[in-house]
Parts: sequence; C-alpha cells; structure tokens
Amino acid sequence: MMAAVPIAHVLTVAAVLFVLGVTGVLIRRNVVFMLMSLEVVLNSAGLAFIAAGQHWGQPDGQVFFILILTLAAAEVSVGLALILQMFRRFGTLDMDAVREMRG
Amino acid sequence: MMPLWLIPSVPLAGFVVLALCGGRLSPRSVAWLGCGTVAMSFVFALAAAAGFGDAGTLRETVFTWFEAGDLAVDVALYLDPLSLWMTLIVTGVGLLVHIYSAAFMEGDEGFSRYFAYLNLFVAAMLLLVLADNLVVLFAGWEAVGLCSYLLIGHWYGNPENGYAARKAFVVTRLGDVALLIALFVLFAAFGTLDIQPVLEAASGNWAPGAGIALLVGTLVLVGAIGKSAQFPLHVWLPDAMAGPTPVSALIHAATMVTAGVYLIARLHPLFELSPTAMLLVAAVGMITLLIAGLSALVQRDIKRILAYSTISQIGYMFVALGVGAWSAAIFHLMTHAFFKALLFLGAGLVIRHMNGEHDITRMGGLRKAMPFTAAVFTIGAASLAALPLVTAGFWSKESILGAAWEQHAMLWAGAAVGALVTAVYAFRLVFLVFAGEVASERKERAGPALKIPVGLLALLSVVGAVFGAPDLGEEHAAHLLPAIGSSALVLAGVALAWWAFGRGVRRPASGVVASALQSGFRIDALYQAAIVRPYSRLSGWNRRDAVDRMVTGVFAGVSLAMHRALSALQTGRVRDYALGMVFGVVVLVGLGVWTWR
Repeated sequence: MMAAVPIAHVLTVAAVLFVLGVTGVLIRRNVVFMLMSLEVVLNSAGLAFIAAGQHWGQPDGQVFFILILTLAAAEVSVGLALILQMFRRFGTLDMDAVREMRG
Repeated sequence: MMPLWLIPSVPLAGFVVLALCGGRLSPRSVAWLGCGTVAMSFVFALAAAAGFGDAGTLRETVFTWFEAGDLAVDVALYLDPLSLWMTLIVTGVGLLVHIYSAAFMEGDEGFSRYFAYLNLFVAAMLLLVLADNLVVLFAGWEAVGLCSYLLIGHWYGNPENGYAARKAFVVTRLGDVALLIALFVLFAAFGTLDIQPVLEAASGNWAPGAGIALLVGTLVLVGAIGKSAQFPLHVWLPDAMAGPTPVSALIHAATMVTAGVYLIARLHPLFELSPTAMLLVAAVGMITLLIAGLSALVQRDIKRILAYSTISQIGYMFVALGVGAWSAAIFHLMTHAFFKALLFLGAGLVIRHMNGEHDITRMGGLRKAMPFTAAVFTIGAASLAALPLVTAGFWSKESILGAAWEQHAMLWAGAAVGALVTAVYAFRLVFLVFAGEVASERKERAGPALKIPVGLLALLSVVGAVFGAPDLGEEHAAHLLPAIGSSALVLAGVALAWWAFGRGVRRPASGVVASALQSGFRIDALYQAAIVRPYSRLSGWNRRDAVDRMVTGVFAGVSLAMHRALSALQTGRVRDYALGMVFGVVVLVGLGVWTWR
C-alpha cells in the first residue's frame, strides 16, 4: 500500500484551488471564464470531501463528491444556456457590460 | 294603526335603491321610483292623520340606536299635531316637487342621482320632524344639511355651483355646532335627550328666566338661524340658487329652511322659560324680515328675489315664535310652503321658457306666451303678498301680525312695513315678468307633469288656510284694527308696485342705496373681508409651519439620503454582487472560527 498523502497537504491544495476559483470568478470579466472558475471552486470542495473521506475511512466523502459532480454538471448546463441567451441578447460575453439592473 | 317608521323609511329605501342601481334603471323607472316612494310616504302620513284622531300623541320606539354609560338613544318617533302637520307638509309638497322634477329634469345627466338625493332629503326631513330624541333629530338635521349640499351642487361641473354648495354647508354648520352644544348642556342637566322628558324636566326644574334656559334657548336659536337662513347666517340661501329650480322649491318650501322653525316650535317650553331668548328670536326675525325684504326689492335674478323673500318670510315665522304664537308660525310655514313652492316651480317654467334666462329686466309680456304660468304665478305672488281675504298667505300672516300686535305695537309696525315691502317686490316680479309689451309669441310647452303640481299648489295657495294650524296650546284673539291697517298697507304696496313697474317703465334701480340693497347690505362682502380672507391667509401660513417643515424637510431628507445610499449599492454588475457574497462568507466563517474556542 502506498503511503497515504497527509491530509494537511490535500486540504492545502483544496484551499489553494478554492481561492484561485473565487479569485477567477471575481476578476474575470468574460462570463465563460467565470463559469470555469466556478467549476474549479466546486472541484476544490470535492477534493476536500475526498480527502476527508480518506482520512476517516468513510464512504460519505466519495458519495458527496459524486453529488457535487452531478451538481456541477447541472450547473454547467444551466449556466451555458444562460450564457447563450446572454450572448444573443447583448451580443457580448463581458459580464460588466450587462448591468441593466443598476439601481 | 300602521307603524310610523314606514313614513321616513320608504323614501330612504328609495334612496338606497336609486343610489345603488339608479344608473342601470331607465329614467322612466327612476322617476316612478322617486315619486312613488314619496307618494307612499304621503299616503302613510295621511293614514296616520286619519288614525290619529284626537288621541293626543303617539310614541313609537323603533330600536335602540346606542347605549353608552348613562346615555341610551332610542330611535323613537313621536306624533303629535306639530309633527303631523310637518309630516304632511313635507310629504305633500315634496311629492308635488318630485312629480314636477320628473318632467323638469328630463334628460339631465344626473337624473337618477338627482332623484336619489331628493328622496334622501325627504327621508331626512321626515326623520327630523318625527324624531322623539334630540340625537335622532340632530341626525336628521345633519342629513338635511348634507342633502342641501349635494343638491345645490348638483351641476358640479361649474365651480361656482360647488362654491355655493360648500358655502351653504359651512354656514349652516356654524349653527349646527351651537345646536350640538345645546344638546350637551341639556344632557349634562337632565341626563336624557328624549325630547318630552327634557321639556318636562326643564319646566319642572328651571325657574322662569333662569340663566341656563337663556343659554340653551340662545344656542338652539343659533342652530335654527343657521338652518333657516336668518340674519346673520342667511348669506348661504341666495347663493343656494345655483341648484336646479325644483331643488330650490324643495329647500324653501318643504325641507331644510323650515327645520329651524320646527325646532323652536318643538322646543317651545324651553323658550317659554326665558323671555330674553324669546325676545332674541323675535328680534332676529324682525331684522331678517326687513333686510331680506328690502334686498328683494332690487334684485334682478328671479330666483334671488324668491330666495330673499323666503328669508323674509321665515323671518315672519321667527317673529311669531318670538311672541309665543307657535301655531301661527307653523300656520305660516304651511301656507308659505304652498305659495313658495308654487312660485319656484312657476319660476322654473319661466326660466325654461326663456332658455335659462334669470334676469327679470330682460323678460316682459310673458302673459301672452304662457297664460297658465302667468295665472298661477300671480296667485303665488298674491299669496306671498298676503292679499287680503282671498289668499292663504293673508290668513297666516295676519295671525302672526295679530300675535305681534298683542305683544308690542312696535313689533307689529315692523312686520306691517315688511308686509308692504313684500307686496311691492312680489308684484314688481309679476309686473316685470308678465306685464309690459309682448316680447315673444312663442307658446310655452309644458306637459301635465309640470302643470298639475303647479296647479294644485296654486289651489292650495288660495284655499290652503282651511287646514288651519296645529293646536299648540295658546290662545290669540283676532284683532280687527291692525288687520285692517296691514291689509291697507299690502294694497298700497301692490299699487306702488303697479305705479313703479306696471306701466311699462323698466329702468333698473341705481344709486348707492340700490347697490347696497342689491348686494344684500354687503353682508357677504363683510364676511369675505372679515372671516374668509383672513382665514385663507392663516391657512396659507399654516401650510408651511414648523411641523410641516420638520416632516417635509428632515424626515423626507433623511429617507431620501438613505434611499440614495442603498440604491448606489445596486450597481448591476454581477461581480460586485459576487464580491459582496464572498465578503459575507469570509466574515461569517471568520466569526465561526473566532468563536469556536
């Protein structure tokens, strides 16, 4: 059996991924890249679940990862549909250009 | 014996039906409904009169309106000769006015609204005269004022009519406040507001000439002054001519202005306790009858002449009340209802024929074109002038003059001068409108619905005196000498009118005196300068007072600033919202970690 990767390392990677994803969502203006960054955020959460399941020897972590995977798939399909509509309507993918809800 | 409550509730039901679905009914059924309810009411009143006999009085409690502490107000109706007389006058004359209205108002936009209010008017007046409780009476009193407002402002499209309606409402309201205070005083004194117990308690507990009797009497008098358009609150009545002509007939003859006379007659035991209050009543009546009569002399608007003559004639009734001739006052109220309704309905025919012209100096020679109207109008004017022996007005006015003679020769003299003035202006009206060269040959077109009520009223103006007056327990002997004197004055007045206006001379009066009379002694201008303008200036200031500035300045400013700040957060940029969410999550997680230990 291979030596187990210490959980602290895995969680650090997950945290780095999470921060990268959130930063991507916040600083990217192209909506497609925002969606991809969101995927990174979701997967960092999934990685954390896997690591935790491994650490305690429980299957729950993997169950949750599958859940997150499905959720991400659904989210992407809805998100892509929205992006398509947005492009048709506004002719742009720049999220900052779409601000009709300005108060 | 049929129940009394049917009398006022039938027109009230008519009002409810007309108000709720009058717009969906055809004008024909509206007219039938409007007239039918009043006719039923009249029939019920006649039945009550027939079953009444010599029983004295009849009291009927319908239901208890409310109870609060010591005060229990029953909606109770009371029938005695006085209220029976008033009920018959209100329903009878009201019915004739309704029938006339059905034809006169034909094609009017607000036909069903008009009949709804007319029915409510009659119902309110019946409630007023039948009430056995001062609170119920007051309710009817207020409702009558409301109806006069609604009907004077019937053609509300013209702002002047709305102004006249508001003026009538506000001016009569001054009197209403005094009446309400009188009710408070009576309740404080006796703990009840049922009329008969109050009157008994007052007679039993208050010494003649007591100050409180004077107070209550004066307050009731002020209330009556407002409603009955007596000096100094008479200014609303000439302006009330803005309403449709049949409404004027109803207000002047059957409802509204007679309410004050009825109120004082109803509460006469209170006035008997205070000679000073009686004197006040007589003085108010005397002043009113003279200034209104003199004002009527020079008016040019046919309806304004009649309005001033109403004020003057009610002045006679107040004189009668002031000298304790209660039944003479009601007697004159009745004959006045006949001839004044006749004159107004006749004036309506004239105005209709002249296509809305009100100025009598532009009329003339109408006797050829409208012989029927000329005849009945002359009868009405003769009754108003109290032409001796042949008119109903003579007998009632003579009974007032006789009672005044018994009291004081000066009162008689004033009233007799008033009779002279009355004769002059009544026949000035007749001569200017119907005599003179014939202006137009166009025949009048008036159907039976217009002619029959007018004809009946003309008949009543002649023979109406046979109904006599309700017996209110006072005796007055006939006085031949003053009767001959005042009759001579009346005849002199008619002759004077003929000399001045009947010979084809039609030169409008001019000069300082005439213009003062024309404006009704400038009382309106005085009120305008002394009350209305200062008040509107005061309210102009009040619009911008400290409280308002606080609300519009500080409160509104703060909420506006907060609104701006919050709305600046709504940038519409998704990334800003996301940043907000991340920030929130960081704070929450941070808090959670921080408080873990």
